[in-house]
This record gives sequence, structure tokens and C-alpha cells, in this order.
Amino acid sequence: MTIPQNLRYTKEHEWISVDGDVATVGITAFAAEALGDVVFVELPEAGSEVSAGTPCGEIESTKSVSEIYAPVDGEITEVNQAVIDTPESVNSDPYEQGWLFKVRVESMPELMDAAAYTALTQEG
Amino acid sequence: MKTPLHDVHSGLGASFTDFAGWDMPVRYSSDLAEHRAVREASGLFDLSHMGEIELAGPQAADALDYAFSGKLSAVAVGRARYTMMCNERGGVVDDLVVYRLAEERYLVVANAGNAAEVSAELVRRAEGFDTTVTDRSAETALIAVQGPTSAAIVGAVSDADLSTLKYYASVPTTVAGRDVLLARTGYTGEDGFELFVAADDAAAVWQVLTEAGQGHGIVPCGLACRDTLRLEAGMPLYGNELSADGSPFAANLGRVVRFDKEGDFVGRAALEGRPAPETVLVGLTGSGRRAPRHGYRVLQGDDEVGEITSGALSPTLGHPIAMAYVPVRCSEPGTTLSADIRGRLEPVEVVALPFYQRR
Repeated sequence: MTIPQNLRYTKEHEWISVDGDVATVGITAFAAEALGDVVFVELPEAGSEVSAGTPCGEIESTKSVSEIYAPVDGEITEVNQAVIDTPESVNSDPYEQGWLFKVRVESMPELMDAAAYTALTQEG
Repeated sequence: MKTPLHDVHSGLGASFTDFAGWDMPVRYSSDLAEHRAVREASGLFDLSHMGEIELAGPQAADALDYAFSGKLSAVAVGRARYTMMCNERGGVVDDLVVYRLAEERYLVVANAGNAAEVSAELVRRAEGFDTTVTDRSAETALIAVQGPTSAAIVGAVSDADLSTLKYYASVPTTVAGRDVLLARTGYTGEDGFELFVAADDAAAVWQVLTEAGQGHGIVPCGLACRDTLRLEAGMPLYGNELSADGSPFAANLGRVVRFDKEGDFVGRAALEGRPAPETVLVGLTGSGRRAPRHGYRVLQGDDEVGEITSGALSPTLGHPIAMAYVPVRCSEPGTTLSADIRGRLEPVEVVALPFYQRR
């Protein structure tokens, strides 16, 4: 499973792509595969404030449900309506069409790079 | 522990999960695709983690009548019966399928998580009866083919006459030159077959079924879809709907407790003396996509009345389905209750089980 080199990662298996002061957030292919087929995604509302490390949504497969954690502090600027309508894109294209939300970053904790995240996924 | 087919699953790219100490395929590709394959074509399952215990001898039938809630002495040779092993308190030790292979020979199939206990308990309960009890779990593999095309697939690889093999019946046959006990049983709500084979023959039989299934849409299936399939079919899962503290009656399985049989059986006194259950197992359906899950609270108004035992977004029906224990007064179909889904109450309606029935 490839782990994109240009992204940052959390131990909750989210990826973060930073462009200026806006971060795009999704879950990794590793997390999507562990969940199984994603059938429901609940995302924070645009305009709401989220804080790093706290739950801000949920992602549900037929088999299980997981919380989505905000990877940074900030204000939600946009949510991916397409992923709400077709949650399977989290499985089929987790790093592109399967993005979840964008957040204007007010403060960002230290995040993992691809090498560190790869090591995390190989711990078993 | 690993089944004899573990390497086959690895080669197919399966994801694995621990189930009762067994490293089992949870899925090969997609839970939903595997679920759909069983409803529309066929799925191929490795169930070798389940326990197989053989009783043989002149009093095998009597021993089983004493050990289980059902009247296994009344099962015809070649037929099978769903039954329960109860404890002295009337709780459920395991739910099982018992196959009568011959006048004096039975095969008991136990859930993986209970197999050791069932085997040991059968040895104890058979004391004083003229029968042997042999745990054949380690030497036996179990492969299931489930779905509307399963008869075409199994028919292509065996000489058994499937037109006369009824649901809950079994027949010895051969597949790929290997001895097989072919049973028409399953846990998916579809027509289907379960093949008991020697562990050493498992890979060959799996391969032959895979090849025969190519024109019939066969797909290897993991435990994830097995769970959603059985839930749609309203079938209980031990540990969720059934437990050592629960009763067969509360689970609507009073029909498998045969008070009318002669002689004592373990749990009889407790079950006969027990008043009608105050809570019963019901089906619940919701709207939207958020599914109630095992352990979530069930409420009527502001009052907590019960607990979800199993729940998922039904892949076939497209809405949430669940089973729960609720008080009898809340169990009438049409009753509106709510489920506490991670802090938010979602309305659910009591419905008759099963959620799905094959045409």
C-alpha cells in the first residue's frame, strides 16, 4: 500500500495536506482498508471550530464505526459533499476524491511525515 | 490458530481478524461485494474454525437427548436439527447443528468460541451412556458454498442428487475424489451447502469449488459479510443474542426446547420452572444510515428499556437493522422506540424477524 510522500499524518490515521493556511483532511488507505466498505460519513459543519485531537465526525462501515479526529485547531471552511453522497470513495480514492473537510489552521501540532507514518502502520 | 486454508486465503489477499483465537479472513476485497455475491450468486466460506464432535454408539441418541434441549433421537438418518446446549440454569452454552449420520452416529457442530467447552461438556454428559465422544475439530475442515447458484456449483462437482437433498439434510459423497459430508445447511438466509472434509483435503476441495463456481459468480467471502448476512436473516449469534445467562425462550427459540421428550435433559428443571421471559428479542429497523450497534441503549421515550445485541446498515435493504432485547410490552411490531447512537437518539421501529427472506 503506497503512502503519499507529500502529506502529513496523525496517529489516528488521518492525512493532512497543507496549502497556505488551509489544511485538507482525509483518512489514509490503511485506515480505510481496516474499516472495510465505508457506508456513512458524518462531517463537521462548515464554519464550526474544531480542536486538534478531539472527535469532529464519524465514519462508519458495515462492520464498525470510528470517530474522525480533527488533526489541527481551526475553523472548518468546506466539507466534501461528494463523499457524504458516495462514501465508498473513501475506499476507492482516499487521498483524492475521498477527502473529508478543509480547515483554516489556527494551530497545528507536530504531525508525522510519510516515513514515520509508514513505520506506524508496520508496527502491527 | 490457523485453519488448513490459511495459506489459500493469504494467496487471495485476504485481510485477517482474530475470531475466538482463530486467524480468520474478515474480507478478501469488499464486505459489500461479498455480501451481494451471496444474495445474487454464491459465496465461498472457510468455516474450519467451527468445532465438530462425533458421538457413536448404541446410546448416542440418548446421550444427545440428555445433553441438548432438542429431541435428537427423533431426527431421521440423513437429517439435521438446530438445537441448544443449555446449562443447569437454563442458560445457553451454545447453539448447534446436529447431523444424524447413521442410526448410531451423530455429528455435532459447535461455534468456534464454544467448541472446547461443548466437547468437554459432551464427554461429561455422555457418562453412563454407551457412546463414544470424539472431538474431530482438528482433523476436519468446513467449507460453505452459499447463494442462489450454490446448487449449480455443488452439483457440478459431486455425484450427489441435490434434487433429493432437502434443507437441513446431509449425504456422504465425493468432491475431487475426496470424501465429503455434504450438508444443505447454512447461516446466510440463502440456499447453500456446507462441506465437511478432512483437513488435508481442504485446499483441493476449495480449489475445485472455486473453478466450478467461475461461471456462477462465486466469490470468496470473509466473516464480515457472514455477520451481515446472518443478521438480515434474523439468525442469532452466540455472544450477541445468546449467552449462558440468557434463555432460549427470550430469544424466541422456545421451539427448540422439547419438554415433550422422555427423560431428563440438562437445564430442564430450570427452564420448566422459569416464568415467561420479561424481555424478548425483537427486530428493529431505522431510517437514515447510522446503525445501532451491539451494546447501544434502547429507549422508549426517556426510559431506557433495552440493549442492542447486533446491528448494521443492511447491505441488501439499505437501511439500518438491529436486534435487541426489550420488555414484552415494547415488543409488538410497529412499536416506535429509539436507539442511543453515540449520544444521539434515532427512532427505530419494532419489526417481525427476519428482515430478509429469500424468494
